[in-house]
Amino acid sequence: MAKPIGLEVSLAVSEAVRLCDCDVVAAYPITPQTHIVEHLSELVANGHLNAAYIPVESEQSAMSSCIGSSAAGARTFTATSSQGLALMNEMLYIAPVLRTPIVMAIANRALSAPINIWNDHSDIMSVRDAGWVGLFAENGQEALDLTIVSFRVAEDRQVSLPVTLNIDGFTLSHFIEPILLPTLEEVAAYLPPFKPLVKLDIAKPISMGLLGTPESYAESRKATDDVLLGSLSVIKKAFAEFHKAFGREYKAVETYKSDDAETVLLTMGSISETAMTAVDEMREKGEKVGLVRLRVWRPFPSEDFLQAVSKAKNLAVIDRHISLGVPFGPVCLEAKSLLYDAPARPSVTNFILGLGGRDVTREDFKEITQKAKALSGKSQSRFDLIGVWE
Amino acid sequence: MIEIRFHGRGGQGAVTSAELMAQTAIQRGKYAQAFPSFGPERRGAPVTAFLRISDKPIRVREKVYKPDVVVVLDPTVMNVTKVDAGLKPDGFLLVNTHRDGADLRKQYGFTQKIATLDAMSIAMEILNVPITNTVMLGVFAKILGEATPDDVREPFLNRFGATLASKNQAAFEKAYAESKLEAS
Repeated sequence: MAKPIGLEVSLAVSEAVRLCDCDVVAAYPITPQTHIVEHLSELVANGHLNAAYIPVESEQSAMSSCIGSSAAGARTFTATSSQGLALMNEMLYIAPVLRTPIVMAIANRALSAPINIWNDHSDIMSVRDAGWVGLFAENGQEALDLTIVSFRVAEDRQVSLPVTLNIDGFTLSHFIEPILLPTLEEVAAYLPPFKPLVKLDIAKPISMGLLGTPESYAESRKATDDVLLGSLSVIKKAFAEFHKAFGREYKAVETYKSDDAETVLLTMGSISETAMTAVDEMREKGEKVGLVRLRVWRPFPSEDFLQAVSKAKNLAVIDRHISLGVPFGPVCLEAKSLLYDAPARPSVTNFILGLGGRDVTREDFKEITQKAKALSGKSQSRFDLIGVWE
Repeated sequence: MIEIRFHGRGGQGAVTSAELMAQTAIQRGKYAQAFPSFGPERRGAPVTAFLRISDKPIRVREKVYKPDVVVVLDPTVMNVTKVDAGLKPDGFLLVNTHRDGADLRKQYGFTQKIATLDAMSIAMEILNVPITNTVMLGVFAKILGEATPDDVREPFLNRFGATLASKNQAAFEKAYAESKLEAS
């Protein structure tokens, strides 16, 4: 039986890309994504991964190269963070409509200003409407596993959309953890070769990325949205088959001790593990608290989410980003809008924490639980910022 | 679960220490987690790294605030950082210094058990560089019973390559043989 090895999570992602036999990596290094692409460049240079590594001059070029290589039928990977993602912005909106199934790891990091290299979710939230599938990993094994799942979902012919795999910068990407590496054969059995829906081929020329006139633009956007919404069933199937092949189970919405919980916390990403331990510690003291985690952020798993939170009395939504000019964070806005039409809904409160790398502790979740209970049935006019200096 | 905090200066291998011990523990079938205190890394600036070792999966990613063990790779850090902050009353301090524990207690007010070793001399003698991490890992492994010289062989080889690994192995073993805990 395979034994786990102690590996930095960034390198586990690179190893997953190797195991997926990726054809093209085009990337520009940026903290804290750097170790992912450094290791990939070593794997290519040392002949462990038979791929073209394109060291581009900017992230805008990285994403442009990825779109081109994916359109030409190559399995394509890139990775970035923060300002790098921001610099890709115009190309990010193009990839989904061209149906180019690129996989991109984002080592999530705060956006400037002030300039900050540490973790929060402001980068991914800035591109939430771009049309990419968005997955969140909570630990190193998941980062590796979900990289493999990402290729499978992206390249599924019902989907053929790009996927972001979000791993919290530093607080996940730079951790050494026990990680099981599957074999090339196991991954090949799970991930079929990439057969693009359409591709750029000089033998059979087509045009991609044409002008969308007023007569066709809306239809193109709607068609992409239909495919993105429809991808949820493919994601669930990819999770189920991953479970069968590798024995590790993933769900679009994960729950932890939430069935009989009076107060439910909602999280995304690697803070969920700390939250689970906080839930355990609170449960030991008789607190009826549970946790719901969004593994799939886009397409938003609406039904699974409603099912997971509907029985709770209080729902404390935790955001890692301030949507400037709006009283609540982006995850809370999704939760509130979905719950508006629900026959019974919990009292919803919003807490923002862990911005720009501020440490997220078990105590923070305990404080949030008490505050959510105190606000039960009352209306909160604005998010509550947790763990700040006063 | 034991929680360990490493204090050193950039370039002395505090982060590598935590990583190597995590890899050694994982190789021994335990769960472990190592991570640096992330910041703009500068050679010579005080740095911190964290390590958790457990028999069960570790589900917490906050920094280590109440360590069981504090490892000090550079004695000068004690002048600028309160290295025993949050250290449990029954915890240990493992310090690279040519001074003894009683002397440190007097100056810094430490109340926990202390093991000291002149790791710098061993590092200069065997490695010929002022990098004390694998020496202090020898102290750590011995006092905590978390690894034997055989356990670290493979992680050292993976990390340093054959030539450097054998020197680091020798430095580790010398520290392992010489370390003992002083009564408080």
